[in-house]
Amino acid sequence: MVEMRMRDALREALREELLRDERVFLLGEDIGLYGGSYTVTKGLLDEFGAKRVIDTPIAESGIVGAGIGAAMAGMRPMVELMTINFSFLAMDQIVNNAAKLHYMSNGQINIPLVIRMASGGGSQLAATHSHSLEGMYAHFPGLRIVCPSNPADGKGLLKRAFRDDNTVIFIEHTANYSLKGEVPDDEDYLVEFGKATVVREGTDVTLIGYSGSVHQATRAATMLAEQEDVDAEVIDLRTLRPLDMDTVIASVKKTNRAVVVEDDWKFGGFGGELSAQIMEQAFDWLDAPVARVSGKDVPMPYNRNLEFAALPSEEDVVDAVLSMF
Amino acid sequence: MGGYVGRRPARHAFDLRGRVSAMTTEERRQLSDAPVPNYHLSERQLERMYYYMRLSRSLNERMMALQRQGRAAFVIAGAGQEAAQVGAAMALRPGVDWLAPYYRDLGMNIVLGMTAREAMLNELAKADDPNSFGRQMPAHWGSVSRKIVTQSSVVATQLLHATGIALGAKMRNDPIVVLTCCGEGSTSRGDFHEALNFAAIHKLPVIFYVQNNGYAISEPTVKEMPVEHVADRGQAYGIRGQVVDGMDVVAVYQTLRPAVELTRRGNGPFLIEAKCYRLWAHSSDDDDTRYRPRKELEEWALKDPVVVFRQRLLEDGMFAEEELAEIDELVTQEVRDAVEWAQQMPDPKPEDALGYVYREVQ
Repeated sequence: MVEMRMRDALREALREELLRDERVFLLGEDIGLYGGSYTVTKGLLDEFGAKRVIDTPIAESGIVGAGIGAAMAGMRPMVELMTINFSFLAMDQIVNNAAKLHYMSNGQINIPLVIRMASGGGSQLAATHSHSLEGMYAHFPGLRIVCPSNPADGKGLLKRAFRDDNTVIFIEHTANYSLKGEVPDDEDYLVEFGKATVVREGTDVTLIGYSGSVHQATRAATMLAEQEDVDAEVIDLRTLRPLDMDTVIASVKKTNRAVVVEDDWKFGGFGGELSAQIMEQAFDWLDAPVARVSGKDVPMPYNRNLEFAALPSEEDVVDAVLSMF
Repeated sequence: MGGYVGRRPARHAFDLRGRVSAMTTEERRQLSDAPVPNYHLSERQLERMYYYMRLSRSLNERMMALQRQGRAAFVIAGAGQEAAQVGAAMALRPGVDWLAPYYRDLGMNIVLGMTAREAMLNELAKADDPNSFGRQMPAHWGSVSRKIVTQSSVVATQLLHATGIALGAKMRNDPIVVLTCCGEGSTSRGDFHEALNFAAIHKLPVIFYVQNNGYAISEPTVKEMPVEHVADRGQAYGIRGQVVDGMDVVAVYQTLRPAVELTRRGNGPFLIEAKCYRLWAHSSDDDDTRYRPRKELEEWALKDPVVVFRQRLLEDGMFAEEELAEIDELVTQEVRDAVEWAQQMPDPKPEDALGYVYREVQ
């Protein structure tokens, strides 16, 4: 185990995969000399050269499209898209092509492509950099949606992403990049998709988060334990597709209450999907309606006060939990 | 399965069922592989060219007839573009080079091995359609064994896939060429420009082949672009642009052949524009009388590439009338057989709608 920050854990995953598999290469804006907007690819150009760490023009659709082409002909590319908001420029290539070509070709081709992008607010990057749209991508069959909350999962899930035969949307919360944690230094360390983790065990309520919101949920659980004598269980979904409902349902059947925590907008968000599935699979175990703590229904504002107001807080989670009793 | 020139087992399959009694040109006299003056193509290649073009047109005609009879849902065809397609695809190495086509490219697919029966399975969206098992709309061609990749209906997206295939090939030092096609309408899209830019920066072995057929559904080229030639746009990316008469199959081949080999040798991409004409409406759902002057259509119909090439072969004494008539007859029978055969093939079952959403880890 080595203690490292999320960005370093992700870099280590990329490094190991570049070393392991010569079909792996990286495409993205400013990923070479500049080291990536969040310095995840720092140093990789020096180590692997410009043939495998390719600085691209500002052309999101172009980069993803080229990645798709390389993937369909046997390569294992990774595309970095800076932020999830910029991925809209590549939406057609991601949704109409990467997600569908395997199906549309009746299994003849597949697109083993890793698309990394940053999401989440809290860094004062405003409305066209900061949204959390994991749930939007989770809507599309054909994509894997991965959203780690800590460095160990970041490394293990990213390495696992390169082993997948499908397109993986790998979403990194900007607030997590500097987060430190113990990370296995084993080259074969992988985190399997579709396995949620119980971050904190509890008996009274289940808090479900992914990516950045796991930390709000965990902080809220601490506050609930210390101030309200409520013992909350916290689940980190880790991947939204595949989705580990077994872990969620087992927890809800134990605690009889569930709160979904996410930075995303509530309307049409992933929390709605989760609460519907909980209702379908554990209705008789619920002592209260599933609650959702989400971002406000506004584009993300810039000013720090405004941004905080737009994002869900641990106090919001505590309030939601208390209202269930 | 169908097929004729260069695919002997297929032809024998027809003979065995007694459908085709006429001898082929090749059986009656030995066709030469030596280049013919003025054509720089052999007799065998010329015969093949005519056959491919004739088959492409006849298949499209039958597909449209089936649609009008209510036996097929939708047709999108390449009528008028057979010379542009056949001449270009014949410049490739089948099974080695990749093709990222667009929906009008039936002729290209035929050159690279698609049979009449397969084309009809595709048109009727049958369970054994090798392109997509009835999952895609007709004419969204794709056969990985032939190195043809299927595509979205969103135009120009496949140009980027071709660029990526070429990027991977270059990284592996794999001496292949990727030919990717679109209409001139697609050249307004960002993906076209992003693909050209990326391919040019990395000098990738890809040929962007634009079949300028004069229309993007209802819009004539003057409404699509302020420049006369798509090929001129290559300059902006440092890509060699070439214009070729897309109604002349020999000219197309003579233009593509050196471009393909130059690209293969690491000279970077080409942007080649074949000037041709869409002889039919955009698709079976379209009524082109709403926007296309009949006089214009009549003028272009006189330049029909299949008819013109046939006439040229006759006038130059390359083939006798009865030899070409024989090919016409063989094609007619091959298409008839394909329609009869494909219609009685099974449709996909409802449960076939599922599956192949994800490829599971092996």
